[in-house]
Amino acid sequence: MLRRAIENLGNRTVQGIWRMGFAARFFFAVLLHSGTAFRRFGLTIREMYFTGVLSLIIILVSGLFVGMVLGLQGYETLQTYGSEEALGILVALSLVRELGPVVAALLFASRAGSAITAEIGLMKATEQLSAMEMMAVDPIARVVAPRFWTGVISMPLLAALFSAMGIFGGYLVGVQLIGVDEGSFWAQMQSAVDFEQDILNGVIKSVVFGVAISTIALFEGYDAPPTAEGVSGATTRTVVTSSLAVLALDFVLTAFMFRGLN
Amino acid sequence: MSLRGKGFLQTDNLVEIRDVAFGYSARQILKGINLVARRGQVVAIMGSSGCGKTTLLRLIGGQIRPGQGTVRVAGQSVGELNQADLYRLRRKMGMLFQFGALFTDISVFDNVAFQLREHTDLPEEAIRDLVLMKLNAVGLRGAARLMPAELSGGMARRVALARAIALDPMLVMYDEPFAGLDPISLGVTGNLIRRLTDTLGLTSLLVTHDVQESLKIVDYVYFVSEGVIVAEGTAAEIRASTLPYVHQFIHGEADGPVPFHYPAPAYAEDLQLGGRRA
Repeated sequence: MLRRAIENLGNRTVQGIWRMGFAARFFFAVLLHSGTAFRRFGLTIREMYFTGVLSLIIILVSGLFVGMVLGLQGYETLQTYGSEEALGILVALSLVRELGPVVAALLFASRAGSAITAEIGLMKATEQLSAMEMMAVDPIARVVAPRFWTGVISMPLLAALFSAMGIFGGYLVGVQLIGVDEGSFWAQMQSAVDFEQDILNGVIKSVVFGVAISTIALFEGYDAPPTAEGVSGATTRTVVTSSLAVLALDFVLTAFMFRGLN
Repeated sequence: MSLRGKGFLQTDNLVEIRDVAFGYSARQILKGINLVARRGQVVAIMGSSGCGKTTLLRLIGGQIRPGQGTVRVAGQSVGELNQADLYRLRRKMGMLFQFGALFTDISVFDNVAFQLREHTDLPEEAIRDLVLMKLNAVGLRGAARLMPAELSGGMARRVALARAIALDPMLVMYDEPFAGLDPISLGVTGNLIRRLTDTLGLTSLLVTHDVQESLKIVDYVYFVSEGVIVAEGTAAEIRASTLPYVHQFIHGEADGPVPFHYPAPAYAEDLQLGGRRA
């Protein structure tokens, strides 16, 4: 009994390490075969439509509501200290530093990451990737790399749009609904938000999240057992692993970027 | 028999498989396979499901490498080629997958044009003409604008065949081309394979267990069972064969050298008849 448990544990550990090694090799293979994604940028643009443009609705609507909630909650807290004019700063900094990149990444993982995994997994299950290999076309270069770079490029754009819609949502609730002074709202935001410290760091975060989500989604699809159950399991793993990776990476990046910042 | 006597070392051999063994970890799938396919021939590899037929095609296509022995295509040892050379060789090969493996997000036309666009610098007008010629050869010129989801199984197989011959390959491999087809599609597909082989001067390698349809069109047959070649010969020789395995396979008998029952303990023992009665 105990021996079997130890064997199972050892087996799972070896499998886990093997999978991580395979994922790392996969990631470097994608980077190595990325030439096609740029030489034939049309392939990448086409995928940007499917993963980026079609994610816009969920990103924009979520951004609007998150901003509106921030406006309400922020006002409630700030008015306790008589500083409701600082609502613009609170909304903007929360969004560009944290909520924009993180929530947009979580939504992107659920909406686009799962779709990428399912697509690649089904292409594998229906032998489309094998067919491509047999036609002397490398599926990593032709199918995987354009989707990888699509995620990396789309993610900061989607995060920026999320933040913009969130600020607009905060403005609607704070200024138009509650009546915070419009001049203070925008002026304080403009003076407090630093391009390098806040916006650029937010962009860096979303690029890192884009790399993580794209790699996980593509790897899970490429490694999925070629069965209905296999593809379904891979899709679930993509959402779970990507979400956890985004939150963990966010902590690490925040610790490096904002440590000791006044 | 010497290798030359078996048909090896002849210059008109397009595919030569010599003493090939292959397995996944402890499970041995192929054990010492010898096989040749001459230029211009339709050669069938037959055998029951799971006997290693498709593995043979994957070895020839270089998707897997043999554990032992050599697989030569047009004189090149496939297992020893680097990726660039392998891809160069694959441009001269076509492969028809069991269910077509068409790219589902692009039209029939774009599926057939795929290789032409990937591997040539031909202008779009020339590609259009070539694609329509290939589709016409399989009788589906009128279906050029359809999406793969709109095709029947037989049509999808024919589109895949048009795609496989898009670059005028020297070798076309067919993985179960007759599986799941109605009698009309069956005959059409069989005739197409023979006609395309003859008119385009290519070599066709069929993996199938459809005996009757295959024997109508093939030049030579290999029977594979449990990872070894158990019989070979022309269609006439195979029909006349008295080998128990071939006889069972051709006549579709349930029991014979290939047993109906999967290995199991004695039936009575499994039902615990002795124990209950006691």
